[in-house]
Amino acid sequence: MFYLTLRKKTPLIFRVSVPIASILLTILFGVFIFSLLGYDSGKALYHFFISPLSRIDRIADLFVKACPLMIVGTGLVLCFRANIWNIGAEGQLIMGAVFAGGLALSFPDTNSVWLLPTMAFLSFIGGGLWAFLPSILKVRLRTNEILVSLMLTYVASLFLDWLVRGPWRSPTSFGFPLTNYYPDVGLISKINFPGIGTIGQLHWGVFIAILVCLLCWFMMQKTVFGFQVKLVGDSHKAFRYSGFNESKTTMVLFIISGGLAGLAGMIEVSANIGQLQPNISFGYGFTAIIVAFLARLNPAAVILAGLLIALIEMGGDSAQISLAIPKVVTGVFKGILLFLLLAGETLTKYQINVKPRHQSVPND
Amino acid sequence: MIKCSFIEIEIFKKKITKSMKPHFALLESRDISKSFGSFVANDKINFNILEGEIHGLLGENGAGKSTFVKMVYGLLEPTMGAFFWNGNPIKIRGPQEARNFGIGMVFQHFSLFATLTVIENIELALSDTQAMPELRKTIIEKSEEFGISVDPDTYIRDLSVGEQQRVEILRCLLQNPKLLIMDEPTSVLTPQESEQLFVILNKLAATGCSVLFISHKLKEVKEITQRATILRRGRVVDTVTSSKVSTEQLAKMMVGSDPQNVKPKIGFKSNDILVQISGLCRPADTPFSTPLLDINLDVKAGEIVGIAGIAGNGQSELMEVLTGEWRSKDSIEVLDVLGVDIRDYSPHKRRQMGIGFLPEERNGHSAVMDMTLTENTLLTNHNNPEVQKHSIIQNDNLEKLKSNIIHDYDVRTPLQNPLASSLSGGNLQKFVVGREIIKKPSVFFVAQPTWGVDIGATKFIRNALIDLANEGCGIIVISQDLEELFELADSIRVLFRGKLSDRKPVKELNSNKIGLLMGGEDDASLAKEHS
Amino acid sequence: MIDALILTILMTSVPLVLAATGELVVERSGVLNLGLEGMMLMGAVSAFALTYATGSLFIGLLAGIISGAITAAIFGFFVLGLATNQVATGLALTIFGTGLSGLIGSEFVGKAITGLPTLFPKHFADIPFIGAFLSLDIVAYSSVIIVFLVWVFLFKTKTGLILRASGISHDSAHSLGYSVLKVRWCAVLFGGMMAGLSGAYLPLMLTPHWSEGMTSGRGWIALALVVFASWMPSRIIYGAILFGAVTIMQLAGQARGWTIPPQFLSSLPYLATIFVLILISSRGTAKYLAPSDLTQPFISTK
Repeated sequence: MFYLTLRKKTPLIFRVSVPIASILLTILFGVFIFSLLGYDSGKALYHFFISPLSRIDRIADLFVKACPLMIVGTGLVLCFRANIWNIGAEGQLIMGAVFAGGLALSFPDTNSVWLLPTMAFLSFIGGGLWAFLPSILKVRLRTNEILVSLMLTYVASLFLDWLVRGPWRSPTSFGFPLTNYYPDVGLISKINFPGIGTIGQLHWGVFIAILVCLLCWFMMQKTVFGFQVKLVGDSHKAFRYSGFNESKTTMVLFIISGGLAGLAGMIEVSANIGQLQPNISFGYGFTAIIVAFLARLNPAAVILAGLLIALIEMGGDSAQISLAIPKVVTGVFKGILLFLLLAGETLTKYQINVKPRHQSVPND
Repeated sequence: MIKCSFIEIEIFKKKITKSMKPHFALLESRDISKSFGSFVANDKINFNILEGEIHGLLGENGAGKSTFVKMVYGLLEPTMGAFFWNGNPIKIRGPQEARNFGIGMVFQHFSLFATLTVIENIELALSDTQAMPELRKTIIEKSEEFGISVDPDTYIRDLSVGEQQRVEILRCLLQNPKLLIMDEPTSVLTPQESEQLFVILNKLAATGCSVLFISHKLKEVKEITQRATILRRGRVVDTVTSSKVSTEQLAKMMVGSDPQNVKPKIGFKSNDILVQISGLCRPADTPFSTPLLDINLDVKAGEIVGIAGIAGNGQSELMEVLTGEWRSKDSIEVLDVLGVDIRDYSPHKRRQMGIGFLPEERNGHSAVMDMTLTENTLLTNHNNPEVQKHSIIQNDNLEKLKSNIIHDYDVRTPLQNPLASSLSGGNLQKFVVGREIIKKPSVFFVAQPTWGVDIGATKFIRNALIDLANEGCGIIVISQDLEELFELADSIRVLFRGKLSDRKPVKELNSNKIGLLMGGEDDASLAKEHS
Repeated sequence: MIDALILTILMTSVPLVLAATGELVVERSGVLNLGLEGMMLMGAVSAFALTYATGSLFIGLLAGIISGAITAAIFGFFVLGLATNQVATGLALTIFGTGLSGLIGSEFVGKAITGLPTLFPKHFADIPFIGAFLSLDIVAYSSVIIVFLVWVFLFKTKTGLILRASGISHDSAHSLGYSVLKVRWCAVLFGGMMAGLSGAYLPLMLTPHWSEGMTSGRGWIALALVVFASWMPSRIIYGAILFGAVTIMQLAGQARGWTIPPQFLSSLPYLATIFVLILISSRGTAKYLAPSDLTQPFISTK
């Protein structure tokens, strides 16, 4: 049997090697599972990891897929650093999209360049509101924020479903649950590179996502607020002693992460879909949790982590098309990756010692 | 409540000396050592305790007493050395085995379960499962034998600390131990409760059960033990006969050198009242906390007011009011500092106006262990205009401030920018004290300033506080250590169950008087008793 | 018909009772397992797969229980062996379990099996009102017995006392010489078996087929149920019936052509859970009934 002892100092090598080792081990597990289920592991690995990187437009699409993961992931990093468990990012994302969509659909004929920024603002409000609810219950009544935010996710999803099938259903959709298209000014356009044109589906939202990550990184490193976030996750008493208000900080962090999730929702719809439908998110809110951990709760690393997880997702699509491997296998990968990352965290903080076989003690 | 006359105590003591058998020691340790990695906690401990003896284990915080005793109880394994029981070599592989030998232990921080009843707690500690009704009978019998009264169906959380300790003891007694280990038992008792405990221990020893009594309180060890072993830095200094040494000699052995004297107070003469509190009432937040009842307090410039009392009588609640971690306008009539009503000022606002404060816990309150010293400096300086401009941290200035603290307050650090956890208790305490005092506050509130701190750092910190008072700062020191308050304070007030006793100048007090106040006697009956 | 309604409510509450009771024991020992949903899905897919393959419902149930235990063992390895963060590990388990069950289950989508038979002869069902209570299957009746046994275990046996103590103060339990990790391992495995059985009940009894994610959040409701019941076994049954009733209202409403949108009715169980959580928290007493060391990893130094 083994037991754990606290390390005095963390060797720097651990910080980098843990994510890398986790990724490699996950791939190894993947190969194992594929072979077990009778698939050709070599081809599967190719489709998962190489194929999405094989063409420049595919790489661009990688960024597009990573876009919501980056934005939501950064918001979650802020929360998790503070030991606040916002599990409802999925619902906040949906509500953000709903708020933005509501505006876009109310002004179908507008040409105003202000529509998009206002939609962004509203989406932040929508997601923020959906996160505000569990936060105020936690702060005032000590209700478990994990369960409340999760329940609200289901509610948000059902709400969107009702809107799209009911009051917001487009008269021209032949009964399908779809709203009208947003006006053109409510869409996010693809980036037009001078001389090259557009690359894949690469759109301006990606640029915003990267900006958001970098801004959060700067905030965490260089500002008093960043210190506040680190402190509240570490020690409540020291936090209060320092003069900060725990309730306020908790709620602000929740709202920011909810708002960011909402923004991600709006960007997803405006950039990729152009209208509301019952499924606008594919578990981004939960996947972003893994992104946050893969990034070791560092906002700048969220960019890379988001790309990697997006790679797995894209790979899953590709593998399903080419090899008929069910898409859900990505869930298996993501789960294993998260397990390994968590184990890596432990190894970084603690040393594993083996209990001596014999309890006897040598005499002098 | 047990009242024992002087004569009865003497009779017990004679019985003990008679029952101490001279052949094999009950428990002996030879060259017992324990290392944690490269840190040597116990180094070749040679020790023995006789049957029916009360033996003291003396040493400062960190000397290795707890480690040694944990090995006797089987919670830790020695890295070297052997134990002998009645002359036979033994291995103690766990608390269960220790209990099988007849070793019982009462922990310093009780191992009771607050939301279970007395009888459930006792059942958990017993290895053989008796049926409930029999267990109940046995409990009542044993408790009457030793004069420990307790209702088996009360929840632990509803008992007082003294009563909880008695449950712990009862738990051990039900296993008919031959050796009872007590880890700092009086640290949570009033002097009167301690006397009651000593009666129980003497009765125990008279029946042939040995007691290993761990303490760092010299007078107690002399009073209750026959012999004492002194540990320092993991090694045995000596084993002495308690009646044949003086407390000064014991202190010297514990510390290793003559304790340095603290600077005398010049006595800053002033009548300016810097802090005025009246009508402070704070309701209890939880069943485990203490309400504060109508507290009135004032502090003059250059004065050090000491607040004595056993832990759990409202000290942390009072400290939170002083620091601003708890605020209320309705429950406090007056809370003025430097003439300003600070009742709804947050901690950093209070710092901004020149109030400094330091709570008793280093780990996770006044310092964050997982953060570097630089970050810990930022902890109470984040609204300092030099350290941050528009919320952006100015790293250079922050580093400079940290270096100044380290230099001026003799903080020994192993590395350039260490984590707080890698500093020793004494050095970290010097750092946090320095961090607050370097700002030259006009008023300073501190709780347990030298708790868990080595002698050298203790003297340094106490001198720093006296220097601060000599410069006109008004200081409140909340401490459980009477010795400390006698050194530092001009006047002392005792906090008992959320109430403050009257102010008394230090010259008029001795530890017995304070002990009575700590035990709940009010000032009137105190005056009567000593008239 | 009222009888049919009662029967449906009772049947719907069975998986909740099983999963929540298992989780109650786990939490009483000091561990929070958010991976209930994943464990239930693994139980569901294993039970369906093996029942379909062997034709034996008994083997299917067994498979559900065992796969629940194996999934819980993975959780235990990380949370108890490596002291990883319980919340994050539980989430990982949910994601993993959902994915793996979907993967294994992809073979079985669209296949059908016959469900569990009722325990008592069919004509008992005709007895007005009580008939509903006599029309259940063996798993449903067992669930009540299990709840009773858990209550006896926790409050009337010494081992149960030790388990409760581990959740209140694992340091004290350790000082007394009890192996906190062993106790928690047993609790976690038991919780896994219950979750597996609960998941197995879904395809074997409630809706005899397999589909991805067929637990539809029941695992999360079960977690809320434990809090709702203040960690007391007897209250689990009341709460489960309540939740079952709320879920059924949605279907009943649709059938009667109520004008309330079906999505709103579907959201009722989730809203009800939030409401219950608020009620519990605001009473203020929940704090003192929760195992004080819940979610604290136990790291022993020897």
